[in-house]
Amino acid sequence: MAKNKKKRTSPLMSLISPAQFVLGVFLAFVAGALFLWAFQESPVEAYSALYKGAFSSNRYIAETLLSMTPLIFGGLAVALGFRCGLFNMGVEGQIVLGGMAAAYIGYAWDLPQVIHLPLAILGGALAGGLWGAIPGYLKARHKIHEVITTIMLNYIVFQVAAYMIAVGGPMKADNELPVSPDVLPTAQLARIWEGTRLSGGIFIALAIAALVWVFLFKTRLGYKMRAVGFNAAAAEYAGIKPGRMMVWAMFLSGALGGIAGAVEVLGVHYKFYATFSPGYGWDAIAVALLGLLHPAGVVASAFLFGVLRSGSITMQAIAQISKDIVLILTALIIFFTATNQTLRPILERMVLRLGSKREERVSSQ
Amino acid sequence: MEAWSQVLSITLFAAAIRAATPILYPALAGIFSERSGVLNIALEGVMLISAFAAVVGSYYTGNPWIGVLCAIVAGMLTSLIHAFMCINMRADQAIVGTGINILGAGLPSFLLLKLFGSQGISPIVERIHEWRVPILADLPIIGPILGEQSPLVYICLLMVPLSWYVLFKTPFGLRLRAVGENPRAAETVGISVYGMRYAGVLISGFLAALGGAFLSVSYLAQFVKLMTAGRGFIGLAAMIFGRWNPWGALFACLLFGFADALQAAAQAANVPIAPQFLRTLPYVLTIIALVGAMGKAEPPAYVAKPYEKA
Repeated sequence: MAKNKKKRTSPLMSLISPAQFVLGVFLAFVAGALFLWAFQESPVEAYSALYKGAFSSNRYIAETLLSMTPLIFGGLAVALGFRCGLFNMGVEGQIVLGGMAAAYIGYAWDLPQVIHLPLAILGGALAGGLWGAIPGYLKARHKIHEVITTIMLNYIVFQVAAYMIAVGGPMKADNELPVSPDVLPTAQLARIWEGTRLSGGIFIALAIAALVWVFLFKTRLGYKMRAVGFNAAAAEYAGIKPGRMMVWAMFLSGALGGIAGAVEVLGVHYKFYATFSPGYGWDAIAVALLGLLHPAGVVASAFLFGVLRSGSITMQAIAQISKDIVLILTALIIFFTATNQTLRPILERMVLRLGSKREERVSSQ
Repeated sequence: MEAWSQVLSITLFAAAIRAATPILYPALAGIFSERSGVLNIALEGVMLISAFAAVVGSYYTGNPWIGVLCAIVAGMLTSLIHAFMCINMRADQAIVGTGINILGAGLPSFLLLKLFGSQGISPIVERIHEWRVPILADLPIIGPILGEQSPLVYICLLMVPLSWYVLFKTPFGLRLRAVGENPRAAETVGISVYGMRYAGVLISGFLAALGGAFLSVSYLAQFVKLMTAGRGFIGLAAMIFGRWNPWGALFACLLFGFADALQAAAQAANVPIAPQFLRTLPYVLTIIALVGAMGKAEPPAYVAKPYEKA
């Protein structure tokens, strides 16, 4: 028994998660290269165009960080849901709704900046949170699988968003375009890099990632949520109300999605339109899974997906390869990380064996 | 009021049957997979890939039935990947399903640019035309509703009793259900859990493929990016509402199909409701139906639980 305990504290153990991350990405890129090759495209050309599109100039680097921002929020949203055993597929809808609410507060209310900007972001969070809480409640109260409800709610949001800015819609601007009026300067997130579109949103995202880490691992509520995610029946036996935790987790998850939309609208577009998110909510699922549901991992994988997002646009222009190859890479990353989780016990055993061999050597010397 | 009376007509019911078909295929597909114990949220992606394959087949041969064949091959191959990950690799079934759905969004778009040099939509291809079923078409009321539909609609409707028979009246169906309810016990009496689950997922891929092909080479005559518009998921909701039973699923799909046809007809008749709100009808109804159905409907006991051979 004592021997077992000693084994578990092998320092190499903490390297397994980063190793899984790197392995998942590596295998996905190899499989992606094989795929491209099979369709007579040059993987070298594709990947180098991808790299160029993400890093070759200040503007491209800024765009990469800009795509990374909503992916951090979205990845945290999915990760937080998963920690409580809930699969939030509704992040895309929560982003759209959060952006809508933030834009409305941003153009319709006239307030001093110190109140206006935080209020607009908070409004986005609340809109996304309440929308997210609906599937949480339906799961807790009626046992309806959240995957179906979150998807259905997405489609409803997309239609509502289209209605808001259609001709005669309540948020339509006084011009020819299907957009909302511009957000007032008091609600705009300041740009922080001359000559690029990069806003302070990236710092908000990093700060929220730290907050989510504290919440999940250092607070009672976070602990209770993880307990429900780990084993709902056992948590209930220990006096935790799983239903209540599910509603809270989905509220917070939705709120994170809402903030993603708010920051995107207030920091990049300054107005609301129906398709302002190019599918960040879907990437967010892969971001969370690749990040192994840990806030630090989410930040790392959000960076990777930011690279894919911004690089793919240039790749399509240079190499004539559909930017949707990124979706294929995303699917591959999901496959490899999902199977990686199955392989984890094997990896752990390997590390343990390695550790015990070294111990033997040390003791024999 | 006049607009509404225009909406409720016999053609509405014919449209409802048409709209129910691409939901009923994935609903039946879901039943086979989940009865065997594999959660299948990948149907949306399988349908998209199959719909695209159908268009490719029809484009290159000029024969939409070869397109259907291509769809079946593509759909079953995609399901094979799904089955391997869920069964052999014992990966989280919801996560693998999501991966397949993302693949379903990306792969057709990638190939659209590669094969046709276009973004978002394929060229128009030869489609499967409606059949006029002799005697049936001449009957009053039923004739206009059921008498002249796509062969893929008839095949779909025939799949309902066939699925029911296979699942509940054959040894194969009994084994499939046993594996979903209690795999350990099933294995003890000599049933191959992995084999049955592969069968469930592959049949599911076959059925979802027909649903995808119906959309792209019969309902329409081209592939449109993300053309399934959530039908794979609505099908799953119909499966739950129908309590994992083909007849129940048929009933649920007719209900959803009716909602879909109703909103389309209402839009065409200029009913004074914003079209965007009318379009939410099938999705709202799906959620309401699930609230009504759950609690009474119990999923197979071992759905979504990977099985480790003893």
